Amino acid sequence: MAIKDYIRERFFPHIWCPGCGHGTVMNSLLRAIESLGMSKNEIVMVSGIGCSSRISGYVDFHTLHTIHGRALAFATGVKLSRPELNLIVPMGDGDALAIGGNHFIHAARRNIDITAIVMNNRIYGMTGGQFSPLSGYGTMATTAPYSNIDHAFDTVELAIAAGATFVARSTSYHVKQLSKILRDAILHEGFSVVEVLSQCPTYFGRKNRLGSAVDMMEQYKNDTTPIGSKAKKENPDLIERGIFVQKEMPEYCVEYDKIIEKAMKGN
Amino acid sequence: MGKLKLKEHVITREWCKGCGICVHFCPKQVLELDDQDKVFAARREDCICCELCELRCPDLAIEIETEQGSE
Repeated sequence: MAIKDYIRERFFPHIWCPGCGHGTVMNSLLRAIESLGMSKNEIVMVSGIGCSSRISGYVDFHTLHTIHGRALAFATGVKLSRPELNLIVPMGDGDALAIGGNHFIHAARRNIDITAIVMNNRIYGMTGGQFSPLSGYGTMATTAPYSNIDHAFDTVELAIAAGATFVARSTSYHVKQLSKILRDAILHEGFSVVEVLSQCPTYFGRKNRLGSAVDMMEQYKNDTTPIGSKAKKENPDLIERGIFVQKEMPEYCVEYDKIIEKAMKGN
Repeated sequence: MGKLKLKEHVITREWCKGCGICVHFCPKQVLELDDQDKVFAARREDCICCELCELRCPDLAIEIETEQGSE
């Protein structure tokens, strides 16, 4: 199928701002799904609230647009009742790690087979540019007019520490890598976290004088490096991208089935 | 079997928001924005069908249609 067969064309053009990275994340995700030859009926996309979460309206899978931060909780319910379906949960940085921080770490700890995508634009775009837990120290936001004193989470380290069995990072500039990582994440049996650095030229870019969407993507090109590269040793400020963790662990639904079997035997 | 040849830049004008990502990152400077800030292929003969515009477009507004070359 062509990627346009996976979208709801009647809702296009989408509401995302000109140059928003979220559109590119959707583009890469659709290509990953197309390359896997998946049918629309075997995918469930569950999203929460925020700019990123609007994605569930645009893709023609089974979609649930749920409540802020709780997309993973809804997805857990869907997955447990229909384990044969593929769950994809795109979230924003605030949705995933502030409002939904607790759901995030516990979904990772359980290793339930869900693909979580953190579309990290470092700000709450939809509500007007408030700082998020990924904005970082020294950044500017509507709610931090004299600069932000909160330090940022490292999504990758947090996901690894919480027990996710597939953890990766890419950016909206590195589309070929992003598409491949998303493909691997979907295929992985267990909880996968993919952090995607995605530009918000409207709020984060403007508040922090980072220029246009194009300028912000140039920064992703220049400020990131493949995991373990020589460049990283020379410049520790570079952000690594690639697959950090990919390991086999018992998956939650499989384990739950075993419990059902045990209970049915009555011992 | 020849190599892939460009057939057409399929542009959905109503979806293009003129962000300029495709224009800036095209390795052959094939694309430009017109006076209404919509993308068009200004130098289509230079296109190498790398499809980076199509892969990066946040609006799914540009597609590279290819055909098999004659040799």
